[in-house]
Amino acid sequence: MTGKSVLELLVFVALLAAGAVPLGGYLARVARGDRHLLARVFGPIERGVYRAMGVDPAREMTWSGYATAALVFSAIGYVLLYLLLRTQGVLPLNPNALGAVAPDLAMNTAISFVTNTNWQAYGGESTMSHLSQMFGLGVQNFLSAATGLAVLVALIRGFSRERASTIGNFWADLVRGTLYVLLPLSLVLALLLVWQGVPQTARGTVSATLVEPLRIDDTTMVTTQTIAVGPVASQLAIKQLGTNGGGYYNVNSAHPLENPTPLATLLESLAILLIPAALCVTFGHLVGDRRQGWALLAVMFVIFLPLVTMTIAAESTATAALAQDGVAVNAGPDAPGGQMEGKEVRFGIAQSAIWATATTAASNGSVNAMHDSFTPIGGLIPMWLMQLGEVVFGGVGSGLYGLLAFVLIAVFVAGLLVGRTPEYLGKKVEAFEMKMASIAVLAPATVVLLAGALAVGTTAGRAGVFNSGPHGFSEVLYAVSSAANNNGSAFGGLSANSPFYNTLLGAAMIIGRFWVMVPMLAIAGAMARKARVPVGAGTLPTHGPLFVGLVVGTIVLVGALTFLPALALGPIAEQLSAR
Amino acid sequence: MTRPDLPTRLLDRRLMLPALRAAFAKLDPRHQLRNPVMFVTWTGAVFTTLLALPGVTRTEHPGFVVAIAGWLWFTVYFANLAEALAEGRGRAQADALKAARQNVVAKKLDSPENHLRFEVVQATALRKGDHVIVSAGDTIPGDGEIIEGIASVDESAVTGESAPVIRESGGDRSAVTGGTRVLSDWIVVRIAANPGESFLDRIIGLIEAAARQKTPNEIALDILLAGLTIVFLIVVITLLPFARHAVDVAGQGTPPSLPVLVALLVCLIPTTIGGLLSAIGIAGMDRMLRQNVIATSGRAVEAAGDVDVLLLDKTGTITLGNRQATAFLPAPGIGAERLAEAAQLASLADETPEGRSIVVLAKERYGLRERAVAALGGQFVPFTAQTRMSGVDLDGRRIRKGAPDAVSRMVQDAGGVVPAAVEATVAEIGQSGGTPLLVTDGATVLGAVHLKDIVKGGIRERFAELRRMGIKTVMITGDNPLTAAAIAAEAGVDDFLAQATPESKLTLIRQYQQGGRLVAMTGDGTNDAPALAQADVAVAMQSGTQAAKEAGNMVDLDSNPTKLLEIVETGKQMLITRGALTTFSLANDVAKYFAIIPAAFAPIYPVLGRLDVMRLSSPAGAILSAVIFNALIIVALVPLALRGVRYQPLGAPALLQRNLLRYGIGGLVIPFLGIKAIDIVLHAVGLV
Repeated sequence: MTGKSVLELLVFVALLAAGAVPLGGYLARVARGDRHLLARVFGPIERGVYRAMGVDPAREMTWSGYATAALVFSAIGYVLLYLLLRTQGVLPLNPNALGAVAPDLAMNTAISFVTNTNWQAYGGESTMSHLSQMFGLGVQNFLSAATGLAVLVALIRGFSRERASTIGNFWADLVRGTLYVLLPLSLVLALLLVWQGVPQTARGTVSATLVEPLRIDDTTMVTTQTIAVGPVASQLAIKQLGTNGGGYYNVNSAHPLENPTPLATLLESLAILLIPAALCVTFGHLVGDRRQGWALLAVMFVIFLPLVTMTIAAESTATAALAQDGVAVNAGPDAPGGQMEGKEVRFGIAQSAIWATATTAASNGSVNAMHDSFTPIGGLIPMWLMQLGEVVFGGVGSGLYGLLAFVLIAVFVAGLLVGRTPEYLGKKVEAFEMKMASIAVLAPATVVLLAGALAVGTTAGRAGVFNSGPHGFSEVLYAVSSAANNNGSAFGGLSANSPFYNTLLGAAMIIGRFWVMVPMLAIAGAMARKARVPVGAGTLPTHGPLFVGLVVGTIVLVGALTFLPALALGPIAEQLSAR
Repeated sequence: MTRPDLPTRLLDRRLMLPALRAAFAKLDPRHQLRNPVMFVTWTGAVFTTLLALPGVTRTEHPGFVVAIAGWLWFTVYFANLAEALAEGRGRAQADALKAARQNVVAKKLDSPENHLRFEVVQATALRKGDHVIVSAGDTIPGDGEIIEGIASVDESAVTGESAPVIRESGGDRSAVTGGTRVLSDWIVVRIAANPGESFLDRIIGLIEAAARQKTPNEIALDILLAGLTIVFLIVVITLLPFARHAVDVAGQGTPPSLPVLVALLVCLIPTTIGGLLSAIGIAGMDRMLRQNVIATSGRAVEAAGDVDVLLLDKTGTITLGNRQATAFLPAPGIGAERLAEAAQLASLADETPEGRSIVVLAKERYGLRERAVAALGGQFVPFTAQTRMSGVDLDGRRIRKGAPDAVSRMVQDAGGVVPAAVEATVAEIGQSGGTPLLVTDGATVLGAVHLKDIVKGGIRERFAELRRMGIKTVMITGDNPLTAAAIAAEAGVDDFLAQATPESKLTLIRQYQQGGRLVAMTGDGTNDAPALAQADVAVAMQSGTQAAKEAGNMVDLDSNPTKLLEIVETGKQMLITRGALTTFSLANDVAKYFAIIPAAFAPIYPVLGRLDVMRLSSPAGAILSAVIFNALIIVALVPLALRGVRYQPLGAPALLQRNLLRYGIGGLVIPFLGIKAIDIVLHAVGLV
């Protein structure tokens, strides 16, 4: 690792923390329905939306009512998006005259965007019309993130309320999250990106005359290049902020127009983690004890920082095999050093590695480098971060509510260890909560393994694998981990646009999203009903370093025990062979 | 105080042999079904046994498969053994209790008034509401209440305490327990329980674990363990296609064989805690029993660990025995002797220790001899919780003694006044921690009697310990607030409830519960029953009334109210033991992976052999060592499960740190050493 890499990482973390704290406070005000500046500006719109939907925002819902609303809303979103993708060929805003999306791909894509996964089995610029991008994918980019946000807020209400049967109104939470959080933030980021040179236009393509014409053979000379443009900046902003990750371009953030300047790269990589980090702060505000939020943020950083450092280190040194082939593995004045295959020279090692780790820590999934080309360790870490359940930052809302499932399990074991019925934030953790938390933690992990087994156990599955040896297995394992944990990033190397993978990964995305969301809402309902136990000397504090360590230990142990055998046959075998 | 005939050593030979046999019987799949972790292990053992049959497996050395199958059976067997041992310890106690119940005959009275007309029936034929007469030498045929008579009773069959106790009709010592023996005199008992429902039956049922229900935390832990088991099941099942694919792409090796996969599964699922879980629960109940506390359910024992408020009766718990009268302090213009005489008259028929001490003090100081109220023609007015005074109506005189505020009110109602000097005396006594009693004759206040409490030695330290555990102590007393405050300060309790009535106790408990706290209390009197029924953990004294015992969820056979402290510790100990073994069990998996993954996968990717950090002798040796370690660790931890993890009254963070280090880090490290050691032994004897 070079000094510059370390500096880049430190600046990144410092800026992230500086942004997360005020944003967290603001998010808490929004969640509580407090008065704030934007509410004064957009208040009429909010009320208009409620009127149009026929919703009374003050009418509280039980957990099952809340869950039903979230499920129904997601289902409607799925149907609408599916129909749009199937009919885009005959609809307007289609300057490149793209045809209907194939049924299995449309299904996969619709699930993908509704579940905030944004797995892309297609190339954006060559598959999706502007209408699909803006009113299909773009809308779901907002709404799926807002759904996650709403569910988290409901869960926090469950913890902070006492003897209550309701956990808030889904529609109000959804509208407020979209209107006061995602839209304004995206707007600001989009403008900043446009300023940095990201296109934002209704045109389909532009043609450029090449300064240096390209001779293909004796008769063919390429003199112009057709460059796909479109409403890129607006898509890009919410894709980063909403932990969506579905890029406008097929090569995602590695495309120069998605990522034109170093400042744009910095802003975009910060945007990946901004809301998930801020939500920890929000949590502290909402439960009335800021330290609880700091502890959760600490859990995330304690896992994230060593892993991002390891990724940078792994990519900086590259492998012995590369050195043998004469690749410049050490950074010098004219060489970036390390393992540069599949990385943009503009970004270099640190920015690629930070992005790769951040995008998989959060369930973002946008990429600026080819993860498939990373060293085995550099590929293992992003994969494992997803397998941990997307709880280290994770998705907007979904990351923190997933983390809270781990927290409950850690609290349970800790409670037993101190001889007291476990409690978190004064709420007793009992059999029902353990059942739901276990489902939330174990369902995605189970799906990863089962889907992986199906993929390598069937001819259709094996057909999509590009590489041989353990690396080919990593490609499959990465894809199922990404889908089941609603990340959406692709390792590459796997031909995922086949009916088999579209269906398998579609199912994995649904289970990974809703088998966590619904149990966590059930916990919210159960917790809201409980009375609060006052804190005493016998109560285990859930904000100290010891507790942070315990939660980290639980996440890491569950992640390691579940995936070690599979990882051994993939990246671990590859890493050991490469030495 | 343990019963002398009971095995006290953890692994007594008398318990060992039956347990070894019982553990075999528990191999029945219907028994295993109750525990998902052990059921998976059991299924794995059956499956591997089938694979070990000649000709079924070709790829492995047959001896290896037989060894794996054998050790899987041992794993199940050892878990059964732990449970059988825990049950055995309880059963020895149950047997002793059962002996007390056998062949008892009862003299059933036709009517409770006529003691001469009775028929001899079997105790089992008695029903609730029947009356029996029990004479010296007879065994009391069932639980009930004495409605007439007084007798000394040997309760050692139940309590283990050989000194006889006095039981008499009326008051708080009227309850008798079936199976105990009358030593002298006779009593008429109204039977309060049908056969099979008696106290003794309940104890036996609980001890025999037949009636043992899982406690809430146990259920929650079961769910977590079942979840982990399912995940590991999927980890292992999916490993087969993963490995097949790896073999295809690597072009070498073979996928792990079925016995290896089963071995891996059993090593990964939390068999250590799964195998010892029920033993921990049974042993917890047993530990209570050894402290002579009978809990009506494991739930109650577990709740004891969560208690955050202890309501303790001042008398007998915080202060030594009973208050003693130490001085007569007359009102101005009244002679001390006149006060003493009136106080003695008011106390003659008062059988409470305080009353007795007044009679004795009057005799000592002023030579006033005891008289019988009935002989004087007086009418005794007993103490009630509402009037809070007692006395005697004699020759038109209405002599009363009682709590100053109650007596003052009565005096004022009768048109009298309480002299300021007396009020000052009362306040003085109260401030000094004593208890004042006002003595009146009609509307005339004669003066005060000073009753003194003596705080038990060492109790202050116990309360400090409880405070460190996060438990608040509240002293309950009928005394006035001043007196209560003085004693509370001396004893070091956190709070007190003065001038307690059954209603105010109930209100206090409800208040704490509304605030989300779990309340424990002890009680013995009938007027404690409502509060006992409301409290989360309610310990009734064996010496108490039937009503109190029925309202409580635990009975202390020693009738020692301080026992509550031990009960809380036992409850915590049970949870900690479960937590410790869960943590240990999961941490163990890391080492097992490092043993089994290289062994299973090295044929496919030889580089994975580098993960074999323990440098085990051979792949077969590695797998077998992990399985053997997994089985033996259950045996090694049986004493810990039965005895319980030692509880130290520390704050929660300190306790967590200590236990995490010990069982978490210990759980990571120990299996590396254990598996390596087993491998060395296996290699040395030439087995692998």
